[in-house]
Amino acid sequence: MTSDFPPAFLLLIGALFVPFFKGRARNWFVILLPAAAFYLITKLPAGESWQVHFFGFDLTFLRVDKLSKVFGYIFTLNATAAFVYAFYVKSSKQHMAALFYIGSALGVVFAADLLSLYFFWEVMAIASTFLILARRTDKALSAGLRYILVHIFGGLCLLAGIVIYISQSGSMRFGAMAEPGLATWLILIGILINAAAPPMSAWLSDAYPEATVTGGLILSAYTTKTSVYALIRGFAGWEVLIVIGCVMTLYGIIYALLENDMRRILAYSIINQVGFMVTGVGIGTAMALNGAAAHAFCHIIYKSLLWMSAGSVLYMTGKSKCTELGGLYKTMPLTLIFGTIGALAISSFPGTSGFTSKSLIIDGAVHEHLAWVWIILEIASAGVFLHAGIKFPYFVFFAKDNGLRPGETNKSMLTAMGFMAFLCIFLGVYPKPLYDILPFEVTYQAYTLNHVIAQMQLLMLSALVFFLFLPLLKRTDTISLDTDWFYRKAAGRIYAAADVGLNAVNRYCEKIFVQGLAAKTGRIIQLGPIELVKTIVLPVRSMLGDDRRSLTNLKIQIGRAFETDSFPMGISAIAAMLFIVLLFLIF
Amino acid sequence: MAPKKEFDYFDRPPVRRALWILLFVVCALTVVPDLFTHRHPHFGFDGFVGFYAVFGFAACAVLILLAKLIGKILKVEENYYDK
Repeated sequence: MTSDFPPAFLLLIGALFVPFFKGRARNWFVILLPAAAFYLITKLPAGESWQVHFFGFDLTFLRVDKLSKVFGYIFTLNATAAFVYAFYVKSSKQHMAALFYIGSALGVVFAADLLSLYFFWEVMAIASTFLILARRTDKALSAGLRYILVHIFGGLCLLAGIVIYISQSGSMRFGAMAEPGLATWLILIGILINAAAPPMSAWLSDAYPEATVTGGLILSAYTTKTSVYALIRGFAGWEVLIVIGCVMTLYGIIYALLENDMRRILAYSIINQVGFMVTGVGIGTAMALNGAAAHAFCHIIYKSLLWMSAGSVLYMTGKSKCTELGGLYKTMPLTLIFGTIGALAISSFPGTSGFTSKSLIIDGAVHEHLAWVWIILEIASAGVFLHAGIKFPYFVFFAKDNGLRPGETNKSMLTAMGFMAFLCIFLGVYPKPLYDILPFEVTYQAYTLNHVIAQMQLLMLSALVFFLFLPLLKRTDTISLDTDWFYRKAAGRIYAAADVGLNAVNRYCEKIFVQGLAAKTGRIIQLGPIELVKTIVLPVRSMLGDDRRSLTNLKIQIGRAFETDSFPMGISAIAAMLFIVLLFLIF
Repeated sequence: MAPKKEFDYFDRPPVRRALWILLFVVCALTVVPDLFTHRHPHFGFDGFVGFYAVFGFAACAVLILLAKLIGKILKVEENYYDK
């Protein structure tokens, strides 16, 4: 193997070989593939290679720089852990879908041109759908269909943007997008749909929780984070992203607070966390962009860890609603401990990876003197501890004991969780290895006394509020309406309205035009000439002295003559003559 | 009934009470260092003692109440879409 082989191809080609392995060998194979890809990325020299001339386009499949590498590292690292976790999965289809999905995510990250980026973008959408469908429930099927439709829409926006961009600029290179215009806006919208930015965010919380145990885990990492990558690469410093990111952070919290299903809570908290990254990209300074990349890196780890612990609970109990769970600390202590480490990391508790990465974004806002951005990010930071940091572990492992005694989950799941938990703490205590691989040089020190105290105050008082307000947070067996209402419910209503409304118009039109107007016209055409002849002939005959009886006979004769088209030859000839003369006079 | 007594430490009332006290104590302790350290406020309004504590408390209280309010409008039954 040469040292500059695209890591995407390693997984995509590897996926094709999955069916040839049986049993444990297959599980080991899918663990080794992303591990090998990780090793490959460490060896990739900076630069561009794998340029292919294709139908007049120059595609570049491998662009290696610090930005693509940092995403490459975490994508493959996370994939390895996810496949360790999925050691119990027997279905080769799920493994293949996952490998295609992860492979194409790597393809996006290492692509240097817009066309190959688009190609991998679409493969990602299709492969990921299979991870949802693999659950084989009716809910998963319909959620999967909605998911792919949203992504096809997003993909088309992206494609339209790319086509216009290439025809306008003549360049198909994917780099910093200079000026806002139709092309760049379409590309941005396409990317933001994958980032789950409101109003196109509901697909995430709709689809991910319906996926399989491992499917949800794998999905949580790639689609949104490839978008974050694409935003860093193309849209750094676009101020609109600050607004969108801030909205995402708060939106995620509010919905997660309302949610009952533990995996939907985690789905909403993805939107919240991606909001921090999008804000970082919008701020656009070296520090904030570093923060976005670092936070994506750490987020993938602790979010996977959270999905793993939720997945273990689902795997062992078959339940995922907070109203049905609770009291699991008694029988699943290790899952609790690992899940709590993930929960602390997402809340950026000092000593965990969230603290060393999110601070870069927030201090990025401070350095730019963006007071309102800073306030929203701090509110959101406090809110994260509420909904993900405490709510998730509390309602699943403590709260009301629902009598579930599932026992601890299997060893491969625990191994994967242990590894991710270790990384959360390692990067929280010693962030240097992460800081070293970020796109820009880092001279940042997260651990200052003031910073730690401030963060502890913020988090501990948030915890206090959670427990003081606990009665208000009582779980109910409900879901919350989101923007998917418009295509799940309103679309049905529009159809019904169209059915009732348009069909009424139809009936009305039939009454007026078909039955009324057409029939009348028919009668006029049929009876008009008879009446005309009668009104001309009868007075003339009456003047000539016909009596009443012969006039009545004549009336009947005229009617019959028209009905049977049997006019005396002479009259027909005269009528024809008159008609020709008339035509001659007119024209 | 299982013969082996199960681990139910966090269900015991004295433990729960102790955890409540611990929570309050830790909250109070986080504010204490503010009295002794020299702080560098980022903006004008964030310099007073216990700013982050007040901020965290207020932010979370507002978020919960806001969520509760929004929930009144947006919460629907679990099988809303299946009907």
